[in-house]
Amino acid sequence: MKREKIISVVLAMVAMSGIAGLALITAYIFKEGLPIIVRVGLKDFLLSGDWHPLEGKFGIFSWIVGSLAVTLGAMIIGGLLGLSCAVVLTQFCPRRLVVVLKPAIELLAGIPSVVYGFMGVMILVPWIRQHLGGPGLSVLAAAVVLGIMVLPTVTSISMDALRAVPRSYRDGSIALGATGWQTTHMVILKAAKSGIMASLILGMGRAIGETMAVIMVAGNTLDLPHGILDPVRTLTSNIALEMSYASGDHRKALFATGVVLFVIIMILNSIALAVSSKRARKAGVR
Amino acid sequence: MDWSLKRLWLVFCLAVALVLVMVCPGCKNRSRRAVSVVGSTSIQPFAELLAGEFHKKAPDIEIDVQGGGSTAGIQALATGIADIGTCSRSLSTEEAALYKGIVIARDGLAVVVHQSNPINGLTRQQIQDIFSGKITNWRDVGGPDMVVRPVSREEGSGTREAFTKLVMDNVLVASSALTQESNGAVKELVRGDPGAIGYMSLGLSGGIKCLSIDGVVPSASTVASGQYPLVRPFLFVVKGAPRPEAQRFIDFVLSSQGQRLLESEGLVKVQ
Repeated sequence: MKREKIISVVLAMVAMSGIAGLALITAYIFKEGLPIIVRVGLKDFLLSGDWHPLEGKFGIFSWIVGSLAVTLGAMIIGGLLGLSCAVVLTQFCPRRLVVVLKPAIELLAGIPSVVYGFMGVMILVPWIRQHLGGPGLSVLAAAVVLGIMVLPTVTSISMDALRAVPRSYRDGSIALGATGWQTTHMVILKAAKSGIMASLILGMGRAIGETMAVIMVAGNTLDLPHGILDPVRTLTSNIALEMSYASGDHRKALFATGVVLFVIIMILNSIALAVSSKRARKAGVR
Repeated sequence: MDWSLKRLWLVFCLAVALVLVMVCPGCKNRSRRAVSVVGSTSIQPFAELLAGEFHKKAPDIEIDVQGGGSTAGIQALATGIADIGTCSRSLSTEEAALYKGIVIARDGLAVVVHQSNPINGLTRQQIQDIFSGKITNWRDVGGPDMVVRPVSREEGSGTREAFTKLVMDNVLVASSALTQESNGAVKELVRGDPGAIGYMSLGLSGGIKCLSIDGVVPSASTVASGQYPLVRPFLFVVKGAPRPEAQRFIDFVLSSQGQRLLESEGLVKVQ
């Protein structure tokens, strides 16, 4: 009994130090970043595209647009592919194939991002340059690379949601004369909607936070992109590119960029949590 | 378990965590550690080579070479993380007041283009116009009708600062320029893109087409003779008197053996 207590104390301590670390990081980011946002003004900081840190101009609008454009593209590619994978693997695929395919897709999540970036630079970027024009380093390249990177997240969480739909729904639908595809898109996908949403939002969080692969394929210009073949810089790559150089206000502005990212990701994760707890509650009522 | 006990635990654990976090920075001050050389990605490959050679001569001293950028190197020096900062540009006046820069070699700044580009040379003015965004087509400098895509480096790169000083002359690099974060990335990009033009360390520019500047072909001999206009120093930067191990490494780099090694790698030795 006593031993049990000691072990639980030790475990609680370990868990708490993790949380304390997180709290300290959060506090530090805000402490470093907030003053400059206040000084520049939230509106100017977020909505001005003028980034000349040496002249005291800190406007991160271009990076916000860049991050959103790249993430949106990644979600269109990765979301569609991931959801399709999940539907095929849970509804239409023979079990023997699923046993091979599911781990294969999940393995994609284990590949380091720099490898994706490298593949992008060596294969995708030259392909875009030759066939579609522009410098190759572009929103499109970043979106494709990120789309593949979010695929495992979207697929595996959507699969869980689709599997959680009770068998009786499917049987009932088939009994009413619906075909397999009608059942899938009118009954199963609807029933698993909140879980699928959660998977997309978590995937989005991964896409918006990815840095290394994006730096390698996005081109990192200061300009606002005007099309999907234009190069772009994202919030994360701006921090990574300039942190080694930044000092004083410039450094603080990078922390402030971190604050903006932090808030965006917090919002995304809270939505994901809210959506999936709604699902859990619904399941509980049933 | 009742709530108050739970809360007590929480406070206790938080305190422990805080203490852990406070204590940790102290763990870094190990007395015997490797000589840490941090900074310019241009110097990094040469420093690694030198460190390897040096380690053969003095097996008891470990040299730890890292990249990150010239300015990062100086910051690492300021915070005491690095023993030696490497810097591929001249020190700024504030930096020169605080630290001592030791020139270990000189390096040319090569302006590089794709293999298929028929242009063989440009003037400094033309390069400036290209990078400031005034010239946007190769036609304007006597080349084919093709969009010019200037490739620059990130802020804080010593190569970028040397380029800004030697070529741009206070004119800003166009905001539309692509930005890559190392010599290798610039080289890879320019090697694949027929319209690209970039700048990088001459010592690392093997296998890529370098332009002659103002009519002078870049090579170790034109850099040494002072004919080639784009030359910058490679510096080892130290704060005060370095540790004896670090000093021995610096002495090795400046010795005739170290200098010969740098020369054989395409750099120009200091006189």
